[in-house]
Amino acid sequence: MMLQPRLDSGRFLALTALGGVSFLALWSAAAMAGLTSREFLPTPWDVVARFARLVVEPFAGYTLFEHLLSSFQRFGLGFVLAVLVGIPLGLLMAWFAWVDRLVSPCFEAVRFIAPIAWVPFAALWFGTGIGGPVLIIFMGAFPPVLINTYRGAKQVDRKYIEASQMLGASSLRSMTQVLLPAAVPSIVAGLRISAGLGWQSLVGAELIVASSGVGYLMVKGQAAVSTATVMSGMIAIGIVGILIDVGLRRVQQVIETRRGV
Amino acid sequence: MAIIEFNHVQRVFHQNGKEFVALKDVNLQVQDREFVAIVGPSGCGKTTCMRMAAGLEHPTGGTVSVDREVVRQPGPDRAVVFQAFALFPWKSVWDNVEFGLISLGIAAAERKRRIEHYIGLMGLGGYEQAFPHQLSGGMQQRVAIARAYVLDPKVLLMDEPFGALDAQTRVVMQEELVRLARQHPRTVLFITHAVEEAVYLADRIVVMSRRPGTIREIIDVKSIREAENWDQHKRIEDVMDLPSFVHLRTQIWKLLRDQQTGELH
Repeated sequence: MMLQPRLDSGRFLALTALGGVSFLALWSAAAMAGLTSREFLPTPWDVVARFARLVVEPFAGYTLFEHLLSSFQRFGLGFVLAVLVGIPLGLLMAWFAWVDRLVSPCFEAVRFIAPIAWVPFAALWFGTGIGGPVLIIFMGAFPPVLINTYRGAKQVDRKYIEASQMLGASSLRSMTQVLLPAAVPSIVAGLRISAGLGWQSLVGAELIVASSGVGYLMVKGQAAVSTATVMSGMIAIGIVGILIDVGLRRVQQVIETRRGV
Repeated sequence: MAIIEFNHVQRVFHQNGKEFVALKDVNLQVQDREFVAIVGPSGCGKTTCMRMAAGLEHPTGGTVSVDREVVRQPGPDRAVVFQAFALFPWKSVWDNVEFGLISLGIAAAERKRRIEHYIGLMGLGGYEQAFPHQLSGGMQQRVAIARAYVLDPKVLLMDEPFGALDAQTRVVMQEELVRLARQHPRTVLFITHAVEEAVYLADRIVVMSRRPGTIREIIDVKSIREAENWDQHKRIEDVMDLPSFVHLRTQIWKLLRDQQTGELH
């Protein structure tokens, strides 16, 4: 819904730039004001310099890109696992009332537990292996996939389900060829939320149960009292998060265009 | 031989502790290859009757049978053409028409032959790879009709199939359906509230009344159509000008009109 008239693109860009510049100015002013030591609040240019060094020079064992790559692999594994379990389970729950009854009570209780709460188990079960972070990412990414698949499939217009039954489709075909495609817009919206939560949980996981990755880099930065390193990690996380979302938004647009929405 | 049989069909709803009779003692037999139209005011339960034959709804009393088997669930032997088309938007025209044939386990070569036949018959040639949203309403309903006919079902159930189309498209579709029905006679149960459409298409017309929904009268059109040779006229407007057509239309109009005035008193 558009409550106010649309801005033209020139003004739109100007406002974006103004917001960014103001933020940097406030940050610089706060860092320069001497309220706290430069070590505790680095200036933007300190962070940029540190970021540039982390790109070329290994810190905590690896360069920034190697840390990011290691994080992204864990994220990818946990996310794909969440999708592989969440989508089929959501469809089954939407199609068979008994599956819904069976799964819903447990799921409703578990989904309120923050992914980070699984850290002790991740550490106990997997040590610093890849399983720990993957478990925590899965716990973050799984609920939105399941919920959005289920809701999307439940909201499918009855006429498509009736048409499918009338055409003699088996439950499996009705789920994969009618419920699934009809729920795709809702599923993709769920994937965006899920990727965001998964990526956030990942850093939390790596703060504790990892020996590489951006989260690990930030912990090491903290130990070395290098706040610029911590902030470089934050920036890297933000950039990758935006890239993931932009990628999924593209997928969403392609699907909507193909549907003629 | 009766293919569709409504036997003392009743449908009662319970709402806020009150009983609401939607359908009361409906008895109807549709013969093999007969085209029967049900007309009636909205709320008379005509769509419910069709949905019961399809297995999408169930009577609270009596039975609906198709080919002597009591209907329990939907299936491809009772193909439905819905008012809202209900084509799968994510499938091409070809894949929509093919969907039911795959359920029936028909071999690929036979599927291809049948799909090509009905796509040609419905004037959809060249649109095989198009998606429903790229087609006009009339074209979409052609796809839905092809999707139903291609199954070679025991009965075809049509729920106001032309209700969502504009007047010009509706006339073309009515003419095509008459052509199709005469070339490939099928057992059809056709639901409509348009009297002229019913007279033009049907062999028999069932007039329903509401509160409770029940059959008021069944009118034979086929004997008159054949005696007056309506089918020699290709265009619907020529048929609609014939005195025998006008007479039937007026007769049914009066039956429906009586109910309306009856309600005002």
